Amino acid sequence: MPQTDVQLDRITETFEFLDDWEERFAYLIDLGKKLGPMGAADKNDANRVHGCQATVWLKPQITNDDPPRLEFSAESDAFIVNGLIAILLSAYNGRTPREVADFDAEGLMKRLGLEEHLSPTRRNGLHSMIGRIRELATHAANGTKEQST
Amino acid sequence: MASRRLVAGGKEPHLSPGTRIPLTTTTHNPAATTFDLEAVRAEFPILQQQVHGKPLIYLDSAATTQKPRCVIDAVRGYYERDNANVHRGVHTLSRRATDGYEQARDKVRSLLNAKDRAEIVFTRGTTEAINLVASAWGRTNLREGDEILITHMEHHSNIVPWQLICEQTGAELKVAPVTDAGELDPDGFKSLLSERTKLVACVHVSNTLGTINPVETLTRLAHEAGAVMLIDGAQAAPHLKIDVQAIGCDFYACSAHKMYGPTGIGALYGRKDLLEAMPPYQGGGEMIKSVTFEKTIYNDLPHKFEAGTPNIAGAIGFGAAVDFLNRIGLDRIAQHERELLEHGMSRLEKVEGLTQIGRAKEKAGAMSFILKGMHPYDVAPILDYAGLAVRDGHHCTQPLMERFGVAATLRASLGVYNRREDLDALVEAIERARKMLM
Repeated sequence: MPQTDVQLDRITETFEFLDDWEERFAYLIDLGKKLGPMGAADKNDANRVHGCQATVWLKPQITNDDPPRLEFSAESDAFIVNGLIAILLSAYNGRTPREVADFDAEGLMKRLGLEEHLSPTRRNGLHSMIGRIRELATHAANGTKEQST
Repeated sequence: MASRRLVAGGKEPHLSPGTRIPLTTTTHNPAATTFDLEAVRAEFPILQQQVHGKPLIYLDSAATTQKPRCVIDAVRGYYERDNANVHRGVHTLSRRATDGYEQARDKVRSLLNAKDRAEIVFTRGTTEAINLVASAWGRTNLREGDEILITHMEHHSNIVPWQLICEQTGAELKVAPVTDAGELDPDGFKSLLSERTKLVACVHVSNTLGTINPVETLTRLAHEAGAVMLIDGAQAAPHLKIDVQAIGCDFYACSAHKMYGPTGIGALYGRKDLLEAMPPYQGGGEMIKSVTFEKTIYNDLPHKFEAGTPNIAGAIGFGAAVDFLNRIGLDRIAQHERELLEHGMSRLEKVEGLTQIGRAKEKAGAMSFILKGMHPYDVAPILDYAGLAVRDGHHCTQPLMERFGVAATLRASLGVYNRREDLDALVEAIERARKMLM
């Protein structure tokens, strides 16, 4: 079982355990605060995902493993968005480009009762961030397929 | 002289020391008696509910006000009894619908104290009213080298229509600066006025800052420069008594849905001679007298500017909302909201790490603020869970946000139904947010 799944399972279980909004909210904030900060140099325009209300920076990396794995670092200026990023990255990181491209992020957020945050009308950058992650992953997946054939 | 005028008519924000203080329509009357707040609240069905298990506290009236029963009943009653198309047909329903629609126009005329009912054009709201003027007046009156003067505190609705017409005509958009307190910089405004200025478009009350602009003085200055004056009154009409003749402006725009009326309806006041000289905004039914393929004769004012079947139910609801405002009395509403604003601002002032954006001497309706170390996006849901409806974002005033160096603010805005406790609850919820986030 990859590390990613262990983290994700722990988050999902915790969310199921907390039924009071305030506890869930506090947990989300806590996840956000524990999110590893990005280097200042990486918070540049190229990595910036425009979200209108909150801003997200996203930096992708592809490992040299075979098959290659995707590793993202991301950060927002809002705690809640950082919490949501922490959840999403625990689902995305360490997976192959194909797995990332196919991952049902909306389904995950729905299970956690957080789907409203993914709505483009929330303008928090998450919707665009997932869009960019899928685009990168699809591109990488197609690229590796071309290499292997 | 100034003090005599204050006694006579109230006060208007100073434009600069030495500027004549004109009589104003934007005053509160200290003698006005208060109204029965709980009885007024009971008229708003939507307020009688809980959100997340907490009583709803609505502090987003600058976005849209809630609707009293009398407005809801007027719209419902129209559809249940009177629905027909207006200005055509002699059958009873058509006559009732036409009467209701045209009576609403009379009510709006009276509310704004326009001279002539032909000067009140129903629009979809303030945005469409401004677009109408930008398009119909702008197309015929602007050319390269002309200038339009707006202010840095305008809503996007009073920026973008002018940018569009500037692109089409070659006119240039000038922007009068705003001070750190959130007031219009009088010297900056005056220095941008010249014989090139053909139109000044200015907000009466800022939706983000709550600043009340001295519109009578600004209108006088605009006219002295030979410019036409348009006022965006979307945030003023629900809070202040408006008198377009006393202000002296050429155009005044407002939205029913910010005045306890329905969405999708608003009014443009336009000086009759200007409206008469303007070409139609849109073509279609209602706005014509006769049509042949060779030539179309346009209808008289105000119908010339109301192409197509209008929002009849909306207009009738708007009329009911005007009745509501008159029944409570705008003087009383203004006084009540002024007291709430003072209470709210003084309570917010004491919150650690809170900075209020917009400290104009004369304010109405809205309080904007930011919290140190707390993103509005994080605070807003905590307020929501406390039952509070408070807006976060740029409030369609991105240039103003940039002016104050913030991406977003939280904004609490007031309506006739708000209580002091609502603002106490806001402060409590902010304190709670601090505990959760910091």
